[in-house]
Amino acid sequence: MKMLDVKLLRDLSRMKGQAVTIALVVASGIGGFIGMLTAYDSLHGSRQSYYESTRFADLFSGVKRAPESLAEPIVQLPGVSDAETTTLFDVTLDIPNVAEPVTGRMIGLTDGRPPRLNRLTLRRGRWIEPGERNEVLVSEGFATARGLQPGDRLAALLNGKREDLRIVGVALSPEYIYANRGGAFPDDKGFGIFWMERDGVEAAFNMKGAFNSVTLRLAPHARAPAVISALDRLLAPYGGLGAYGREDQISHRILDQELNQLKVNATVFPSIFLGVAAFLLNVVLARQISTQREQIAALKALGYADRTIALHYLKFVLVIVLAGIAGGIGIGVWLGHYMTGMYTTFFHFPQLTYRIQPWIPLLAAAISLTAGVAAALQTVRRVASLPPAEAMRPPAPATFRRMILERLGWAHLLSSQTRMVVRTLERRPLRAALTTFGIASSIAIIIGGTFWGDAVEELIRVQFDEIQREDADITFVEPLSEAVRYEIDEIPGVLYAEPSRSVPVRLRAGHRSYRTAVMGLPQEGELRQLLDADRHPIPLPPDGLLLTDRLAARLGVKPGDRIEVESLEGKRTRRTLLVAGLVNDLVGMVGYMEIGVLNRAMGEGNLISSVAVRVDRAGVDLFNARLKETPAVATVGMKRTALETFEKESARNIFFFTTIVTIFAGAIAVGVVYNSARIALAERAWELASLRVLGFTRGEVSALLLGELAAELILAIPFGLWLGYLLALGLVRSAHSENFIIPMVITPRTYAYAVLAILIAGVVSALIVRNRIDHLDLVGVLKTRE
Amino acid sequence: MNELIQTTVFYARGLAKIYRMGEVEVHALRGVDLDIYEGEFIVLLGPSGSGKSTLLNILGGLDTPTSGEARWRNHDLGRADERGLTQYRREHVGFVFQFYNLIPSLTVRENVTLVTEIAEHPLKPEEALRRVGLEHRLDHFPSQLSGGEQQRVAIARAIAKRPEVLLCDEPTGALDYETGKVVLEVIARINQEFGTTAVVITHNAAIAGMADRVMHLADGQIASIEKNARKLTPGELRW
Ligand SMILES: Nc1ncnc2c1ncn2[C@@H]1O[C@H](COP(=O)(O)OP(=O)(O)OP(=O)(O)O)[C@@H](O)[C@H]1O
Ligand SMILES: [Mg+2]
Repeated sequence: MKMLDVKLLRDLSRMKGQAVTIALVVASGIGGFIGMLTAYDSLHGSRQSYYESTRFADLFSGVKRAPESLAEPIVQLPGVSDAETTTLFDVTLDIPNVAEPVTGRMIGLTDGRPPRLNRLTLRRGRWIEPGERNEVLVSEGFATARGLQPGDRLAALLNGKREDLRIVGVALSPEYIYANRGGAFPDDKGFGIFWMERDGVEAAFNMKGAFNSVTLRLAPHARAPAVISALDRLLAPYGGLGAYGREDQISHRILDQELNQLKVNATVFPSIFLGVAAFLLNVVLARQISTQREQIAALKALGYADRTIALHYLKFVLVIVLAGIAGGIGIGVWLGHYMTGMYTTFFHFPQLTYRIQPWIPLLAAAISLTAGVAAALQTVRRVASLPPAEAMRPPAPATFRRMILERLGWAHLLSSQTRMVVRTLERRPLRAALTTFGIASSIAIIIGGTFWGDAVEELIRVQFDEIQREDADITFVEPLSEAVRYEIDEIPGVLYAEPSRSVPVRLRAGHRSYRTAVMGLPQEGELRQLLDADRHPIPLPPDGLLLTDRLAARLGVKPGDRIEVESLEGKRTRRTLLVAGLVNDLVGMVGYMEIGVLNRAMGEGNLISSVAVRVDRAGVDLFNARLKETPAVATVGMKRTALETFEKESARNIFFFTTIVTIFAGAIAVGVVYNSARIALAERAWELASLRVLGFTRGEVSALLLGELAAELILAIPFGLWLGYLLALGLVRSAHSENFIIPMVITPRTYAYAVLAILIAGVVSALIVRNRIDHLDLVGVLKTRE
Repeated sequence: MNELIQTTVFYARGLAKIYRMGEVEVHALRGVDLDIYEGEFIVLLGPSGSGKSTLLNILGGLDTPTSGEARWRNHDLGRADERGLTQYRREHVGFVFQFYNLIPSLTVRENVTLVTEIAEHPLKPEEALRRVGLEHRLDHFPSQLSGGEQQRVAIARAIAKRPEVLLCDEPTGALDYETGKVVLEVIARINQEFGTTAVVITHNAAIAGMADRVMHLADGQIASIEKNARKLTPGELRW
């Protein structure tokens, strides 16, 4: 080995604490980057190949009741390569040993054969026998959540008629990678997908020779919007609900959001880590070089070329960065693997294979090496420009200025030790500032990684305690007369019932349009509250409608404007209505009207499509039992069921992320605090040893050095909290989706947690340095000339 | 010695060096003329601040003059670029510094190897160390050696490349009498055995007895040059 490399290894081992802490920061950044990006790539890749192999549709449309003969004209539409119709309905299920009613989506399989589009993957059991109307396949997510196996039986209310069904197989569909019926939360427990012979569905729902759902695949260069309007025109006479592309398909959309989130996180967090690592490398290297001035000069005098010496110091950085990369790849692979596995609880793929494309670690390595070299370059250039002769003389004593406080005449307020601390800080303001910034950024990272828990909690609280205040939501197969509510009132356990009407509509404003629903609510309703941006309740307007603020933004309208509301059901009326105000919904994008006003606008009598109820806890069993067999009821959404699973699973994930982020941020905090302490110690060892010789105690001497650290730490806290707030705000903004918004909430508990974590990291680093101060070799230090 | 048939190795005319520190100009050298011949042992004497180190640094290619001419054989030291100077130092010059300037993280042997690695016809590191009497301390680190021993390592490091000139800036400055003598003996022996031209700076006029010629610097100029009729061996020196 070359002697310079021997020197490199010895120098590194002498400062291994510093090298290791910096490598850890690099490793954390690389690990996060690789972990999140490979998880992203695995999810993305799995979805891609899943879609391809199952021929996932490009366009979707619901329709009230279209004749099967329409299938042919649909396939013939220009731009369509294939189309498939089916009949599907949401129904109430009665599962043995499950108290509450659960919603099932019964999807018809034409002639009992596998579909051509959105192909199913059979996971267990067997396919249904053609002609066996009672055999069903069940979605795997639901089967797992409810412990269902092939051979199990359950009952479903098909259009009010109780049918006994037998599960023969468990399957997956690309349409239901993420299973929910709207909202923002996965609902594997409350929402099951079933496939059965189409004849059976059609017979039960009087749909012989008709379909109510069609999916299309586009030809290679087809323009989706053109096909959508053509399809809408074809379906309109039969109650078309408006066609939409993948981007509005719930499962696809939610997966997209998750992918997008991953990509943002994969860039934001690791950049902070690499920035801090670059700063640490720069400071440590600068320090190393200034200590080794004489050695550098000697090497030059001995005939070593500038380039060789510069490379020697560059290698110093490279070794640390490479160690960080090696560790980071390990962490990244583990993290990516774990995260991908975690997604399988929400996203149901036949195969969610974790894969690492070589470009990801290579890119990570390239980025961190670039950051490392960039950090080192300016410092290493100083090596080259160090004139050999000049470096032969010892460095001039550091110049101290009288501090600002002294110039202001306030110095007498400080003890002489505090004065030394302040002077040191003032002498290297840039380094003190960067150290403070480094610590602050680790506080920010902890906040940015931990506040999700607060935000989700707040989302649930606002959505389910303030906005949706019911316990259950009973939806009817078809709109019914308002009188049904009194029947609901009679159901045991029901404390209070409130009707509502939901009409599928297309909203238009200028050239923009959006397919959604308008909710008709009673004026004095108790179970549904509409809130404005300040979370104050808004009354329903006597005229016109309210819009979710995000929906208004999408349509480009504001209160006072008029929009066209086209009903996609019943008489399919078109009305121009006044936008009376905006609602700050967290989940979904809909319109709201007073139920009477809505019915009048639709040109219909007093119809309701669902009833929200508050249920007596004691009577809940009776309530459940009764609903399982109420004919007119299509589905019953139980708030508790949906929330329980979600809260449990998200709590686990959030805990995982919080822990990882805290560990990573801890690496930054320790890296920054420990390194600046070590450098401060190295720079001032002589001074501190002299003080010890003069009779200062270890405590007093430590206080001098650690005081500097404490000052930086204390300055960093408010700054870090503020940065954390900004980071969280940025992340919330980038996570912004049409489906739901994440409320920007950071609880004091999260702030406190971040501060505490950093204080612990600071104290641990301080103790290590304190230990070094205690063991300061007085003679050794005073002998060496620095 | 007959100067007429001697080859000139160092040649300087009107050598000047000005350091600028903001407003202030320090004239470290103000017009030095000198010739140093092959195989000579030169001692540079002069009060502190007279420009000895500056001169030595220029001769050694560590620094460049502000004006004037400096040559080593046919190399122009005044006009050479950094690359040329590095090459010159690497191939021809052995340095010994007042503060030894050993690499603390390398052992004695490794410190010498550092130089033999980049030299063309080096001695073996062990051989160089044997010549300074340190063959038994090969694997010690500089911090485990006394000042005199460290200085001997520095000399071993300087001679290991078989340099044509040996430049020593106060090699005994930090040493006691006895140790200083040992170090000087080593330098004198190298000068004699290899015919290496040696230029040694010292504050100690007694050492001047060892030299072929003694140059006195004062205020950035050569005040006088005296030639010793008879060179004393280090053993004969007294101070
Ligand atoms: N890099 C520099 N910048 C400014 N002035 C310098 C520099 N190097 C040397 N000098 C000045 O040049 C003059 C000559 O310095 P030099 O080091 O050559 O003296 P010296 O004879 O070696 O002294 P000493 O015996 O104390 O080592 C001194 O006045 C010194 O202050
Ligand atoms: Mg000098």
